[in-house]
Amino acid sequence: MNFLENSLAGFLNALEHALDAEDLARRRGLLQRLDPRIKVAGIAGLVIAAAMARRLWVIAAIFAVALLLAAASRISPILLARRVWIPVLFFTGIIALPAPFVIPGRIVWTFPWLGWAVTAQGLKSAAFLVSRVETAATLSVLLILSTPWNAVLKALRMLRVPVVVVVILGMAYRYIFLLLDNARDMLESRRSRMMGEMSGPDYRRMATASVGVLMSRSLQLGGDVYSAMLARGFQGEVYVLEDFRTAAFDWVMLSVFAALAAAAIYYGR
Amino acid sequence: MHIPDGYLSPSTCVVLYGASAPFWYTALRRMKAALSTRVVPLLSVMAALSFVIMMFNLPLPGGTTGHAVGVGIATIILGPWASILAISMALGIQAVFFGDGGITTLGANSFNMAIVGSLVAFAVYRLISGSAPLASSRRIAAAALAGYTAINASALCAAVEFGIQPIYFKDASGAPLYAPYPLGIAVPAMMIGHLTFAGLAELVLSAGVVAYFQRTNPGLLKNTAPANVELGREEPGPAGWRALRPLWIALALLLVLTPLGILAAGTAWGEWTVRDFSSQQSRAKIAQASGNATPPAAAPRGLERLSAIWTAPFAQYAPSFVRRPAVGYLLSAMFGCGAILLVSLVAGSLATRARGRPYELS
Repeated sequence: MNFLENSLAGFLNALEHALDAEDLARRRGLLQRLDPRIKVAGIAGLVIAAAMARRLWVIAAIFAVALLLAAASRISPILLARRVWIPVLFFTGIIALPAPFVIPGRIVWTFPWLGWAVTAQGLKSAAFLVSRVETAATLSVLLILSTPWNAVLKALRMLRVPVVVVVILGMAYRYIFLLLDNARDMLESRRSRMMGEMSGPDYRRMATASVGVLMSRSLQLGGDVYSAMLARGFQGEVYVLEDFRTAAFDWVMLSVFAALAAAAIYYGR
Repeated sequence: MHIPDGYLSPSTCVVLYGASAPFWYTALRRMKAALSTRVVPLLSVMAALSFVIMMFNLPLPGGTTGHAVGVGIATIILGPWASILAISMALGIQAVFFGDGGITTLGANSFNMAIVGSLVAFAVYRLISGSAPLASSRRIAAAALAGYTAINASALCAAVEFGIQPIYFKDASGAPLYAPYPLGIAVPAMMIGHLTFAGLAELVLSAGVVAYFQRTNPGLLKNTAPANVELGREEPGPAGWRALRPLWIALALLLVLTPLGILAAGTAWGEWTVRDFSSQQSRAKIAQASGNATPPAAAPRGLERLSAIWTAPFAQYAPSFVRRPAVGYLLSAMFGCGAILLVSLVAGSLATRARGRPYELS
């Protein structure tokens, strides 16, 4: 039972993830060049088309488009496999595994000794689930990896998300790293003072007390941040600087995305 | 429990976005009214906190670890409306930033975990804690149960959403397009995991953090307590065997009352043996108990095969050497209780030994 190590690894993973994304977002590639609003709209359109498709080949075609986008944006397939394909296959694959045996339908094969029947409908439904989840996850990770978080947020304004929510999401993102650092320091310092094994209940007390400490620190932090904002002249109004500029290339890509999504929705009916 | 894209049909997603929207709107309006200009910094920090809490790996009884959503404790400390917003935003950041949970299913995830979770947690916590003092142990029990029921209510919502997919969304050949399992599979599959591990993680987190705040900063618990509640410190309850005394008394009473069982006439419905299918008299009884449906002519073959594998030592709850069925029944009950107690004592001592003693400085 080493919840300390597990938690610390989780925190580090989140930080690493953010650094990776910042690094990739700065590279020069197709998606990185696009106006974030067009990117958000285009990729959301493809995700929706993948969610609506009722034919496997249409989902496969959207997946191929995602692969092309990744290649054009210098996002390596190894990173995608590590970040998306393998974890999704592991999680959704296990969920889809019993489907060929459980879903009733035309029997295509029977296990020699066990007598379990595999149905065509079951196989197809498992394929639908796995391919759809892989495609949608690949697309959304492409968006995240090619766009700085602040740009994603500003693009959300276009989707009529209220300004207050956009500002809160932006600030929350910053505090996540502060609190992650805080939590990491807390657990790390505790670990450095520990000798031998603790009993289960002691471990639990320590874990929940750490969450409690983090909670009271955050409440304190919220108050401090507010005072700091007031000191800088905050009066309750929030503004977002919208400094996006679209070039001809953006409009070309928007029409490409729109055409792809429309075709996928049409053929996937 | 974070539903990824592709498990739910677009129409289900739209419906759940629609169902969440009024809650988000109301929550935001209430928070703005209560906090005015403070709403921005406080909610940002709370959303960040919810995100970080979801990453904590909690040690659970039994040696495993698990993650909690933190909806129970967020509701108890912040109140249901702030919790709805903070957890929805944390889920949004997780979906967009981590790819954990989908974008199309964000409405569904927020509805299940943030909205249903927070409201259920609040109702349970208020109902059980009542007007108990802030430092009372009743509040810890209320928090534990609030976290546990909240996460299970969320899981049930998710399971129902999965379970209705194959009813409405199939392709021409009848293959389910989204989550493939019907309600009969989706609900038990989701609930088994949540009634045990995930529920336990939420229970440990809510109870533990409330207990921690009772010791260090009970003022934080005021937010969701009735206005006139006092602090009050309770004497520590009886420990060890004394705390369990009512349970022992109840067990003894039940043991003494076991002969009542033989007053119930006939066989319990569905608990038939192979022999019951062959005798004319018991066949009539089965038919009568089953709404006059005729039982099959022969005992089901599986029953016949399996019943040959294991013969109970005390068939019909009476060892063969005892004449009176009532005495046999009582003896069987005592033997059964004794066996269960013995097994749990042995398992308990083995578990303690395996875990080892805490390190002590000599």
